[in-house]
Parts: sequence; C-alpha cells; structure tokens
Amino acid sequence: MPRYLSLVKIDEATAPAEGPSPELMQRMGELIEEITKAGVMLDTAGLTPTSQGARVHWQDGKLSVTDGPFTESKEIIGGYAVMQCKDMAEALEWTKRFLKVHEEHWTVTCEVREIAEG
Amino acid sequence: MTQQPTSDSVTERSVETVFRLEYPRIIAAVTRTVRDIGIAEELAQDALVAALEQWPRDGVPDNPGAWLMATAKHRAVDMVRRRETYARKLAEIGRTLETTAPPVEPSAPDDIDDDLLRLVFTACHPVLSAEARIALTLRLLGGLTTPEIARAFLVPEATVAQRIVRAKRTLATKNVAFEVPYGPQREARLGSVLEVIYLIFNEGYAATAGDDLLRPALCEDALRLARVLSGLMPKEPEVHALTALLELQASRSAARTGPTGEPVLLKDQNRSRWNRMLIARGFTALARAEAAGATTTTSGPGPYALQATIAACHAHAHSYDATDWPRIAALYAALAVRSPSPVVELNRAVAVSMAEGPAPALQIIDTLTAEPALQDYHLLPSVRGDLLLRLGRAKEAAAEFLRAADLTQNEQERNWLRTRAKECAP
Repeated sequence: MPRYLSLVKIDEATAPAEGPSPELMQRMGELIEEITKAGVMLDTAGLTPTSQGARVHWQDGKLSVTDGPFTESKEIIGGYAVMQCKDMAEALEWTKRFLKVHEEHWTVTCEVREIAEG
Repeated sequence: MTQQPTSDSVTERSVETVFRLEYPRIIAAVTRTVRDIGIAEELAQDALVAALEQWPRDGVPDNPGAWLMATAKHRAVDMVRRRETYARKLAEIGRTLETTAPPVEPSAPDDIDDDLLRLVFTACHPVLSAEARIALTLRLLGGLTTPEIARAFLVPEATVAQRIVRAKRTLATKNVAFEVPYGPQREARLGSVLEVIYLIFNEGYAATAGDDLLRPALCEDALRLARVLSGLMPKEPEVHALTALLELQASRSAARTGPTGEPVLLKDQNRSRWNRMLIARGFTALARAEAAGATTTTSGPGPYALQATIAACHAHAHSYDATDWPRIAALYAALAVRSPSPVVELNRAVAVSMAEGPAPALQIIDTLTAEPALQDYHLLPSVRGDLLLRLGRAKEAAAEFLRAADLTQNEQERNWLRTRAKECAP
C-alpha cells in the first residue's frame, strides 16, 4: 500500500486574512478524524505563513537565502498530509473530501504525489 | 449540486474506489439489519450496480459514500419487510415462522463505528478456524478481493473462496450474534481479534513460503486494520500496544532486505533506512497503550505491550551494540511469565547473548532443542549456529546453519543460510 504526500497549496493573496473559519476548522477536524480512524492518515499539519519562512537556493555553485513572504508565487504550500492508500484513486477520493469541506471563496489545490519507497 | 457528469470510465473508476472505501462500513451496517453477512454482501453489490447505472447518467453525488450506504440500507429494510410480510402471510394460513429481523432504528454516525466493531468481532469469532478468520477479516474489513487474498497467502483462489463461504455458513448455522462482546467475555474475544491482525502482519513480515522474504502489502493491510481498531477501541491498552508493535516492526521493513532480496539481520541493518515517521507513530501508540493501561486494573502490561516496549528499545538505539540488551532480556523474561512460549524463550536467549554473552544464551537454547513446537522451526538452529560461532565452534555452527536451511520454506533465507554455513567451514 503506497504512501502519498498531498501538498496543500493556497493563494496567500486571496486567502481570507483571518484564516479558516471556526466552521471550516470543525468540519476539517471531523474529516481528519475520519481519515485517521480509517487507518489512512499518517501525518498532517498546516504551515505558518510564508512571512515566517525562508527559501535557500543553490545555483551555479552559490547559495542564496530569501526571506518570506513569497509574494511572487501565486500558490504557496499551506499544509500537507501523508496518507497510506491502496492506490492513487483512493488518495484522490480522500483529497476530494478534504477540499469539499472548504467554503466556496477558497481556492485550494492539492498536489498528490506518491512517495518513492525503497 | 453534483459534479458534472464525466466520461463513463472515469465515473466507473470513482464508483469502484468509493465502494471499496466504504465497503466495511456498508457491510457492517447492513449486517446489523439483515443479520447475515452473505446477504449483506449481496445487498452491497446491488448498491454498487445501482451506482454504476446512475452516476454516469446523473453525475456523482456530493457525498458518494453516504449515497451507497443509504441505497444498501434501503434494500436491507425492504428485504426485512418482505420477510415479515411473508411470515405474516404464512401465519395467516395457520403456520408460524420465526423471523429474526430486528427493528431497524436510525443510526447515528458513532453507530457506524459500533457496527464496524461488531463486524470485527464477528469476522474474528473463535468458532472459525484461524485461516477462516484471516480470510474473512481481510475480505470484509481489509477490502481485499478473493484473488488478492489468495495471492498474498500463495494459495489457490478456490481455496480462499471456499474458506470464506464456509466461514459465513458457520457463522449463520451457529447463530453467532452480531455484537461486541462485553464483560469478561470481551477480553478473551479481543485476544482473538488481535491475534488475527498479528498473524496477517507476520505472514507479510516473515513470509513463511515463497520467493520473497517480505510481502509488504500484507503488513500494510494488517497495520491499517490495527489503526482502525485503535480508533474503535481507544480505551483498550492492548489494541494500542498491537498498533505500536506493528508500526515499530514496519519501520524496519526497508532495512530488512539487501539488494538481491537477501535477509539483513538486525545487527547489520542500516538504521538510517528505518522509517522515522513510523517509529514516531509507534512511540505515540505505545504511550497511548501505557496511558490506557494505567486506568485499567489489569496486572501490569499485557503481552503486546511488552513486545511493543521491546520494539521501542530497538527503535531508540542508534546501533546494535548501543541497544539496552539487559532491559530487553528482562522484558522477554516478563513476557515468558505473561505468555510463555518456546519462541519467546528463543528471543530471550538472543537478548541474553547480547547482555551476558553467548554461553548463558546457549544454555537457554539447549533447553529448547527438545521442544516439539520448535522441531521444524528454522530459527532455532539458525540462532544456535550463531551462538556456536561466537564461542569459536565453527564446525558445529556450520551444521546448524545447514539444518536451518533445510527447514526454512523461504527461498531467500535458504540461500543465505547456506552461504553462512560455507563461511564457517570453508
């Protein structure tokens, strides 16, 4: 049963400044509990805003560090989930359920990738 | 509002995915109504057929899992009503028929969990043989198909199909109640559930036959079952302990085989290949087991808690030599009191050999050579060979490795043991 990493990407510019509503947090909490009880969710967390992050870049043999916020990026990673599923179809089904708990004013992309084993 | 109708093949795949995901809960809920797992499976299949007909036409419903569940439940209620009507008609013409249809009450979400737990206890019921329990559990709760189970256990499909049919018949003829046992019965019955999950994991972890040393898929199926059970029975220390044990064992999978699939012993494993996330999950589950155990009035940690604690000792150690061997030897001694078995003694001998040296360990091993249960167990001569080698008795060690090679059913292990024998006595 492969493991999948879901990278949750949001547009920091259009995401509600006050963050997720209490209702969304409640729905998300219930869903995450369900995915955990199904034995699928191995690890999940949200990330603090990019204003508190940094990018370390390696190019032409030189290091450079850029402090956040990453205003030039349309989408930034706002959270992640690691799930163990029978196949990609199952990982996508859980991902769809995760997206559906959000209100309509959210724009969210989940990039689902299989974790290479071995 | 539903998603736009999509191409049939995409919808079909999505229907099948949702069906497989929801299968255990649907079977559990429907069984509670119709009191027969076989009939529940038929009704669930009916719901699948209805979805395959309707979703491509009308679009996928917003909550596809709930749709399948509701459809299957409706059919179950209809069936029970038909049975009751039939019974009434029979009664009217002067005969009586016992109907066992229970009243159908609306179910809350946490009821589903209870139904699922009822299904777990029913599939693992002691009236069934271990093989039947394993097949039924993987089929109903693991969502594996009959061919998948057959492949995992290297037996013909017909054998597995027959096991499952017979198991369902046994449950029906013995009138096994669809319930979670309570009181003193619960502990004994829970032991049977934990054993089934443990056996499934072990078959994947130390494949008893075939060419591959590991069948990771089976380990993962067992691990998923254990995690689900932890969610269903959060107050049971041994459930968390089993989950902890399996998480910790699974964390070493990648390091247990070498480039050509040969076994790599614990002492030679590259510990940077141990999966840290699984180790962390194992520690968390063990902490839950200890917390749950502190509130129950059992006599100290149970057998799975002791084994999980041993696995945690290994996970904490940065190297084989840095392992807390005296503690592991003590834990095996405690396990030998809790649930004595020759295999536990064998493991205790290995720990003693590391804590105190090969000589006292060989004394323990030599009390085991007459054990009937270990006569065909390749690990006994394999460990004995190891100890003899450490005591400088290479010739005797070689003979033990060859004996072990003849006993194992696993191709990879056989080659490796023969190589070890050659290395001792060139």
